[in-house]
Amino acid sequence: MRLKKVRLIFLLFVAAIIMGSPFFWMVVSSLKPNAELFSWPPTFVPQRITFEHYTAALTTRGFERYFLNSTIVSLLSMAFNLVFCSLAGYAFARLDFPMKNFLFLLLLSTMMIPVQVTLIPTFLMVKSFPLVGGNNIFGQGGTGLLNTYAGLVVPHIMSVFGVFIMRQFYMQFPRELSEAARIDGAGELKIFGKIFLPLGKPAMSALAIFTFTQAWDDFLWPLVVTSDRSMRTLQLGLEVFKNRYTADWGPLMAATTVSIVPVIVIFLVFQRYFTDTALSSGIK
Amino acid sequence: MATNRLERRILVTALIFISPVLIYNIIFRIVPIFVSLFLSFTKFSGFGEARLIGLGNYSRIVTDSQFWGAVLRTLQFSVEVLPLNMLISLLLALLVNTGIKGLSIFRAIYYLPVITPMVAASMIWLWLYDPQIGILNFLLSLFNIPPQNFLRSPATALHSIVAMRVWRGVGWNMLIYLAGLQGISKNLYEAASIDGASAFRRFMRITLPLLRPVHMYVLIVGLISTLQSFTEMYVMTGGGPLESTTTVGLLIYRSAFDYMEMGYASAMSFILGIIIMTLSVVSFLWRKEKEVAE
Repeated sequence: MRLKKVRLIFLLFVAAIIMGSPFFWMVVSSLKPNAELFSWPPTFVPQRITFEHYTAALTTRGFERYFLNSTIVSLLSMAFNLVFCSLAGYAFARLDFPMKNFLFLLLLSTMMIPVQVTLIPTFLMVKSFPLVGGNNIFGQGGTGLLNTYAGLVVPHIMSVFGVFIMRQFYMQFPRELSEAARIDGAGELKIFGKIFLPLGKPAMSALAIFTFTQAWDDFLWPLVVTSDRSMRTLQLGLEVFKNRYTADWGPLMAATTVSIVPVIVIFLVFQRYFTDTALSSGIK
Repeated sequence: MATNRLERRILVTALIFISPVLIYNIIFRIVPIFVSLFLSFTKFSGFGEARLIGLGNYSRIVTDSQFWGAVLRTLQFSVEVLPLNMLISLLLALLVNTGIKGLSIFRAIYYLPVITPMVAASMIWLWLYDPQIGILNFLLSLFNIPPQNFLRSPATALHSIVAMRVWRGVGWNMLIYLAGLQGISKNLYEAASIDGASAFRRFMRITLPLLRPVHMYVLIVGLISTLQSFTEMYVMTGGGPLESTTTVGLLIYRSAFDYMEMGYASAMSFILGIIIMTLSVVSFLWRKEKEVAE
């Protein structure tokens, strides 16, 4: 039995080394001076730690702006999703109305639509949004919402997966909870606001992480909707450290590390809720 | 009387609560399908008028070897990623399902790649794969294996992206498998042990079959997402060398936004959509049939 346990721990460590080593190498590379970074054979622990690559990355023209844009877009997307997904998820889980199952299935089926199918129409809609960006009332003549925060956020604001998470979560409470409140004369808004909204915190934490990271990660949509460098997000911004065949590896690894930090922080803060909800809502 | 009023109140509340999400998803998910279908019958540069050309785009697709090459390559990518991903994530789930103290730190490490943005993951692996000074070639040299070109050679580029994608994806499926494993009753294993079944036999006869719904879920979701692959190819290879990593997603992006052929790109995206929907529905039905058969 002891031997079995030792073998198990050994396997856990091997897997952790394989899964974790790319991160280790990214951080180590970002901390080495150039001479050491390009030496052969490579050193596994930096002989001298330097933050020059971080300074170089952070002072690269536009980097701060990319970071700011990503933060704004991700927080906006998170806020919209928190409000609208909890409302809809609650209604689908706990209120009776005609065609409920049909409408829910309709929403779920939209998750099957590949992003490539909606990409061009969404781009055209954003571009020809009337009366903004030099467009006339028919949405012609200008650039619409291209190169704006509204344009960047719009495909991310009401995630169906978010509705699904919230619905699964609210389903677990007994029916009597709502009925007792109704018998006591509480209005529907009050039942949601006073009972279920506070109960929904764990699922909303998961939703917050999920929607923040999804918006933070996105590459294709910002690539399509922004041409102005000052509106680009961090994911696009990383490209400035690299060209067709080679890259400015030190600053690139520093910038990559910086781009991962926010999602890791958010994940660590909410981790407990996140894995629990992922487990309970993933599948039955 | 009173119940009627209550019912109406619930109905109104429900309508208010669901309508934003419903209207939004109709405008941004369902309407685009029809717009896309319409555009696929036109020649359209993104500016000015879309000109109807009937089935012109589709007849062009039939003979477009670049498109079918990309379709096959995308399928190959899925076929390589998914079994590897399922096998490794199941093994990881078994490892972290053993109840040893301090497992949550291991679970977090395995999960870390999942929350890493795709661009960041691509950049990290680009550096690992560097043919001149990348760490992977150094590790290979320790075993006297000659340096590889990885992403720079048509023979290895796609497989190299597969490796990154598997690394990034297994943590998520590990969680799903873990949920599945925890749903299997302990009594089954105890009964089998009493009957003298070995650990391997218990795994083959109890664990694997009972995880079938999980396998299906992981497979369908994995298929839907790998068939849309775009970012990792765009960042790591740009589709090269010699088109060896050009997926359908990348091809559609290029024709729509580099060559401004939005009509043709819409036709291609429609075919990709049909392939994805068909595969999802077929695997769903296949699962249903199996359940009925048993």
